[in-house]
Amino acid sequence: MAVLKLKPTQRARAGRLLSYAVGIGVIALVAFTADWPKLQHNFFNPDVIAKIFPNIIVIALRNTLLYTVVAFVGGSLLGILLAVMKVAGGPLSWFAIAFIEFFRGVPALMTLFLFAFIIPIATGFQFPGGTIGAGLLGLVIVTGAYSAEIIRAGIEAVAGGQSEAARSLGMTQGQTMGWIVLPQALRIVIPPMTNELVMLLKDTSLLFSIGLAAPDRELTTFGKDGLSTYASATPLIVAALLYLVVTLPLTYLVSKLEKKLDPKR
Amino acid sequence: MSSMATPASAGLSPIQIRGLRKSFGSNEVLRGIDLDVLEGEVVCVIGPSGSGKSTLLRCVNLLEQPTAGSVKLLGEEMTDPDVEINQVRTHVGMVFQAFNLFPHLTALGNCMIAQQQVLKRSKAEALEIAKKNLTMVGLSDRMDYHPAKLSGGQQQRVAIARALSMDPKIMLFDEPTAALDPELVGDVLAVMRDLAQAGMTMMVVTHEMAFARDVSDRTVFMDAGVIVEQGPSAQLISNPGHKRTQIFLKRVLDPTHIDDSELGETEPD
Repeated sequence: MAVLKLKPTQRARAGRLLSYAVGIGVIALVAFTADWPKLQHNFFNPDVIAKIFPNIIVIALRNTLLYTVVAFVGGSLLGILLAVMKVAGGPLSWFAIAFIEFFRGVPALMTLFLFAFIIPIATGFQFPGGTIGAGLLGLVIVTGAYSAEIIRAGIEAVAGGQSEAARSLGMTQGQTMGWIVLPQALRIVIPPMTNELVMLLKDTSLLFSIGLAAPDRELTTFGKDGLSTYASATPLIVAALLYLVVTLPLTYLVSKLEKKLDPKR
Repeated sequence: MSSMATPASAGLSPIQIRGLRKSFGSNEVLRGIDLDVLEGEVVCVIGPSGSGKSTLLRCVNLLEQPTAGSVKLLGEEMTDPDVEINQVRTHVGMVFQAFNLFPHLTALGNCMIAQQQVLKRSKAEALEIAKKNLTMVGLSDRMDYHPAKLSGGQQQRVAIARALSMDPKIMLFDEPTAALDPELVGDVLAVMRDLAQAGMTMMVVTHEMAFARDVSDRTVFMDAGVIVEQGPSAQLISNPGHKRTQIFLKRVLDPTHIDDSELGETEPD
């Protein structure tokens, strides 16, 4: 109750000190009571680490990055196509809207199931590349649907005077979009698209659910397999750390880009 | 009212406007405009804001779709859906109040892109023409600059060079100096004066009365979507015949002079 008599700044300071004290207390409690050898054995086991390297890098991390790049490039191109269709109006835009809303409205996991299981089982059609091919197609489509909305917003953020100036020079609608509006729109959407890249990198872990062959495994599948093989969480912990090694610099880059690109192009 | 502007041979007028009407929803901005601009003629359109003069200019190259009436540009009926509008527009340069330069391209790039993409000129040819026009507007030392690095007056001169690089037969100016700091207006007007003296057919919406009086052949006064009065520029500006023109000019030329007795009749809406 004595706290209530303090000035607001003093009260805030007291509150901060109290929370630090509690935090340090909890950490100390854990540090003194925890069974460190057992924890290390289960979560950061040097023997297990020795076994999963270098495959967790040269197969799992490599595949995660490869799938991310493939799905991002494919998804961005699809997103540009859908965004241009959507702003064009007419039947094309109805198709684009239906496509975007369907794949944004359905869980990404369901979309992966759609291409990996539902379509092949229902129709007998096999996607090129097998399971991983179907999975990547699913990621491309999910990314395309999300980035289409980002790119459409970018297109609409380009001032109308730009189109008017281009049209007054005799440019067609297509030339205006391709040479004047899109180059500016894509610059505007660099920060949110980098964000999308981070999301996609993490979403490649959904590929675990469709069952990947050993050489196709990405970080999460690799970590989960390691959990079963070695009865230790170490492979999953290492996989999580490897995700962070990639996502944290990217997230930092996004905030830098946002600051750099926001005030003026 | 515009009968004096109709030439003996209609084919000689690069711009022929007949019965032009434009509505935005229930708001009729143009209420029947007839206007011809002769080859080599410089016509200024003046009038209070909201009088429809910018809309008129934007209807000429169909940036606005007219609600009714006819616009003939270089003999082509712009309201005819079968006319290749993009083709006609390549012959009609337009300069905007807000410049509307392409920010991702340099001054040269701004002047080259449509030459290459629309006129299919080679890069070398487009470059040569762009350089010639940027030099003509006094920006030979700013060719590689992006618009963000240029002053408003320089940007507007790039915009003029961009339009001229298409070798237009007609130039349309939509309040080209209205967004400029006063000390930068002169450079832009000087370029426009050179253009007029070189014989370019020009239609200029402007508030620069000195430019209208000294450079243009004819001045059109618009108010409330109609042409109230038009005539040789010096005559119309120094000796307007119509009451509304007189009131408008008095206000523009002497902004500190406000006569309460006039206020009631000047706002028709």
